[in-house]
Amino acid sequence: MSSNSHIKRTTQKPKPKSIDRRRFLSDMAGTACGVGLLGLGIGVYSKSASAITAQAIRPPGALPEEDFLAACTRCGICVRDCPYDILKLATIGEEVPTGTPYFTARTGPCEMCEDIPCIPNCPTGALNHNLKDISKARMGLAVVVDQETCIAFLGLRCEVCFNVCPVRGKAITLDYRHNERSGKHALFIPVVHSSDCTGCGLCEKACILEDAPAIKVFPTPLAKGDLGHHYRIGWKQEKEKGGALISTPDKHKYNLPEGVRYDYEGEGLITDGQGNPIVDPSLIPKKTPKTDENIPGNTSPLDVLNKGNFLKGKQESK
Amino acid sequence: MAGKINELIGKEAIEKKGWWRAYKWLILRRLSQLAIIGLFLITPICKWLNPEADCALGWIIKGNLASSKVLNTIPLTDPLLLLQMIASGFMGVAKEAIIGAMIVLVFYWLVGGRVFCSWVCPVNIITDAAFWLRTKLKLRGGTHFSRRIRYWFLGILLILSAITGSLAYELINPVSMLHRGLFFGMSLGWLVIAAVFLFDLFVTKRGWCTHICPMGVFYSLIGNYSPLKVRADARNLCDDCGECYVVCPESHILKPVLKGEEKGVPPVVSTGECTNCGRCIDVCAEEVFHFGLRSNKHTS
Repeated sequence: MSSNSHIKRTTQKPKPKSIDRRRFLSDMAGTACGVGLLGLGIGVYSKSASAITAQAIRPPGALPEEDFLAACTRCGICVRDCPYDILKLATIGEEVPTGTPYFTARTGPCEMCEDIPCIPNCPTGALNHNLKDISKARMGLAVVVDQETCIAFLGLRCEVCFNVCPVRGKAITLDYRHNERSGKHALFIPVVHSSDCTGCGLCEKACILEDAPAIKVFPTPLAKGDLGHHYRIGWKQEKEKGGALISTPDKHKYNLPEGVRYDYEGEGLITDGQGNPIVDPSLIPKKTPKTDENIPGNTSPLDVLNKGNFLKGKQESK
Repeated sequence: MAGKINELIGKEAIEKKGWWRAYKWLILRRLSQLAIIGLFLITPICKWLNPEADCALGWIIKGNLASSKVLNTIPLTDPLLLLQMIASGFMGVAKEAIIGAMIVLVFYWLVGGRVFCSWVCPVNIITDAAFWLRTKLKLRGGTHFSRRIRYWFLGILLILSAITGSLAYELINPVSMLHRGLFFGMSLGWLVIAAVFLFDLFVTKRGWCTHICPMGVFYSLIGNYSPLKVRADARNLCDDCGECYVVCPESHILKPVLKGEEKGVPPVVSTGECTNCGRCIDVCAEEVFHFGLRSNKHTS
């Protein structure tokens, strides 16, 4: 029976014309699929492999992104070990590189487990096993992005982000500022400090705004720049070292009319209250000939300077 | 073989050996593939069905085929991923990943490298289905290109890792995408799998697994040294029905073994390109093939 059908088949070989058509169609389909596959690959690759995306908030202990993309096997063990099920593995077409774990703070922030269960089973160390203290985690950095809608900036009391922050009082502080609009109230402005913010996103989740939050966690490289290395923040160094590194130049000579004093702490010219500088006669060199024009304070100091007589007088005095 | 109707494949074997023995290895293979998926999914499903319950089974195996942990203790890691990691210049690989990769490496060396392809990898189900449909629809032709290309793909993949400093291939790797997707959600990943299916259906017969997949190539390199092999000790019984050539995903590997007696070729499918799928054993009515050791004539 089997050989019968065999013969039937072979004798009913299709005519050459239909073979051509079939081959043509399958070749066309083949080429299309091949090109499509290649295009998909390249497209997705270039899309996903590009710079750090704002959505890619990594689990605690994640290595810096470039190392992370080399180390993470996309196995999802951290996803399984998270007791709050906040982690997700990116699928193709998402902006986060395919297969890598991330969480969306607005809907599911990191709950900051003390034992950090997502880390120890990570097989490659893409999540750093040395991280033992969750408050040392740096998943990202919260930024108060919407300073127009955030009701603290409108002068209302909210402070939800401040209150939910697990590193309370350190990662987010409230800055009291004068409410210019009302003239008599204070604004309680949330300010994030990168020194303590873990990027857990609990503030973002809690933000009372609808849809987009006013405070949002970004991957740290997107949220924080680097101060040029030639800058020195003197007042911070002063605090750390316990002494002045950059001293106030109180010996500096300003080109002031003689007898006029200047307050280096910020008051400026010492005046009598009506804008006229108070002249201390003891500071005026005695040998100076007393003419109307070179007595400081006798005329406006600017006039003296502009006329150039002041300099002249000084040279003479030496 | 020419003109042999594909629908007849295996009929003679069923008549002679019975249905079970004509499909035994195929069925065991499918069971193995499905069981592995099942083991990964059993705990998530339990938790999904019963969120309150502390699923008593715990985790039998957690993760996916890229990396996993058996019973929360034994680490397993895809050695090719580890290789890419090293190629990318990442030096801080944890010990666990290295141990895991060694375990996997030794296992596949023992049972045959591409046992991964035919007994574990779920993409095999997709591409086998494409092959089956291609046969059913009597689609012929398409693009033909050398099987050697896949060795280049393996090289390109490692170079890509070195250039980008990341596991670049993992961004588009359909194989790991399916593993991961089955356990963590596919989303648009189905499009990629569909593309592989259509590629195998229309473009090239057995296109993905036999011509492209760099993971298969990697495991075939291990398989070159594996002790467990398909043997054809009874090759003199071969009646040239040609059915094994049709079912074999790497049909070019069989002829030298079947016809090599005069040339002194040992009756072993020694190349690592063989996936140890055992389909040739199933389909051969004359029982030419069997699993055995590479160097030992003793039959199993």
